[in-house]
Amino acid sequence: MRLLLAAAGGALLLLMVASLLTGVARVDLLSAWRDPYAMLVLMESRLPRTLAVLLTGAALSVAGVVIQSLVRNRFVGPDTSGTAEGAALGLLAITILMPDSPIWLRMIAASVSAMTTTALFLAMIRRLPVREVMLVPIAGLVLSGVLGSVVIFVGWQTDLMQYVGTWLMTGEFSGVIAGRYELLWIAGGAAILAWFAADRLAILGLGDQVATGLGLSTATVMRLGLTVVAVVTAMVVTTVGMIPFVGLVVPNLVARVMGDNLRASLPVVAFSGALLLLACDLIARLAVYPFELPVGLILGMLGGGIFLWLLHHRPAHG
Amino acid sequence: MDRRKIILLCGLALLLLAASLLWMFQGVGGGNREFILRLRAGKLAALVTVAASIGVATVLFQTVAANRVLTPSIMGFDALYVLLQTAMVASMGTAGMAGFSSILKFLTEVGVMSILAALLFGTLLGRRGRDIPRTILTGVILGVMFRSMSGFLTRIMDPNEFAVVQSASFASFNHVDATLLPIGALLTIAAMVIAIWLAPRLDVMALGREPAVSLGLRFDAMVVGTLMLVAILVSVSTALVGPVTFFGLIVAGLAHGLAQSTRHAALLPAAALIASVLLVGGQWVFERALGQAATLSVVIEFAGGIFFLYLLLKGRIR
Repeated sequence: MRLLLAAAGGALLLLMVASLLTGVARVDLLSAWRDPYAMLVLMESRLPRTLAVLLTGAALSVAGVVIQSLVRNRFVGPDTSGTAEGAALGLLAITILMPDSPIWLRMIAASVSAMTTTALFLAMIRRLPVREVMLVPIAGLVLSGVLGSVVIFVGWQTDLMQYVGTWLMTGEFSGVIAGRYELLWIAGGAAILAWFAADRLAILGLGDQVATGLGLSTATVMRLGLTVVAVVTAMVVTTVGMIPFVGLVVPNLVARVMGDNLRASLPVVAFSGALLLLACDLIARLAVYPFELPVGLILGMLGGGIFLWLLHHRPAHG
Repeated sequence: MDRRKIILLCGLALLLLAASLLWMFQGVGGGNREFILRLRAGKLAALVTVAASIGVATVLFQTVAANRVLTPSIMGFDALYVLLQTAMVASMGTAGMAGFSSILKFLTEVGVMSILAALLFGTLLGRRGRDIPRTILTGVILGVMFRSMSGFLTRIMDPNEFAVVQSASFASFNHVDATLLPIGALLTIAAMVIAIWLAPRLDVMALGREPAVSLGLRFDAMVVGTLMLVAILVSVSTALVGPVTFFGLIVAGLAHGLAQSTRHAALLPAAALIASVLLVGGQWVFERALGQAATLSVVIEFAGGIFFLYLLLKGRIR
């Protein structure tokens, strides 16, 4: 186990260095501190981008764990429960109603709206039969589609399709420079909040009756979990656009190895999410070098493949 | 077929006639009559072709899948077609496409599509026939993957080639590809004639595998053949207007509800007629009465998605 961790840590470091070096401008890391131009490239573009990818991957994976314990279903993620569309709807509403609102107000609007639609999803799946595990993700996907069509309709009517495109189409990091990604730190903060509540979320995952029997106030934990998922998703959607499948596959893969002791596994989940997203981002940057692909496309293919494997090579429980 | 169904079909046909007349002659002014009429007639033919192919494809697919809530597009059929189209353009290049008439290209696509669809969905539905929700989820995720793959191809291809495939990726009832209309209509009519001819066998197939086999039906051959018909119909509708996810669901639901029958001889024409009435009427309302031509497809997706969620919560998806 320790060896595995060391190997993974080494891999992450290696990928981070690769991410700092990848790009059209050539940068020599060892002598960069003497060269103002190289320093500018590093501090304004490469480092923010690497950090943004790490933060997004970690936060989305943690949000995936949280929503999976809220819903008690392994096959959902923050991208398939109407959360991202909710965030986009909130942003759209505040952009139309108050065109010159400050950024913090927009973030709050996006988060609150994302929370509302996720709560709607939770209320909806409570009415589904408990045994039908696979219906939950289907309901989530269709709800996302319906909300998405509302967003597109409003976007068309108000000529805001360009905004909508950057939020809901495949996410990418090519626009990240210093000053354009700092909101993702809030997403990271929300993910850390989830770690403090890890034990409670793990108990919540056991079911309402067990949780109440163990003395847990389920409603409070539910609210906390909803907040984490909504804030993480809202920040990611507004800064880089929705990244599919990270929040869905990473928690599953980690849980296969480590089980559901969330206090122990959440850091590993965050770490693996960051690793996966960074690897995919590098692929996206190198596939058609010197051009770039959106990382969401790479994840759509890779993550979809992993998900199908999880779906068919696992006894259907949880 | 008893009298009630004949009356129903005649009623639907009259309704379609009324909608078509309204479409053709409402507000035709004195000047340039001939031009307006020709324009409208072309569009009317396209709408009816698309509607009929979606309606019939959905009913056929639901019979194969033994499930009332699946549609070919929920299972990723049209995403597969778009991927195929993109892959063909990407592999041959615009120069290769130029020496290739668009009708010939379309026919090749339809041929490849029907083989692929029969292979892919035949194994999927055959293997996992019992576990419907897992099958749906697999299909949905396959659709996401196909879409990401075509996205990937469009990003790495040349902009000229991109322009060729771009029109296929969004649903629009306004910009119908006129060069493909005659061949598309021909294929739709042929597929419908075959489907009606097969109607008694489809009735037997709907009973389920064991009863059908003991009644002397070559079940597997029938499944493959029906899936091929579905693939042809979906190719036609996708090539003409692009992917439409939930329209078929509404149509098939209405067809089953109105016809009150499991006889395909009545179901198939009813589905085709209902779909045509909905599309022609809906397009008339949106284009002429509301002046918002672009939004019909969005509204259909919205209503269809809500309908799907309703069915899900009602417990119809098992």
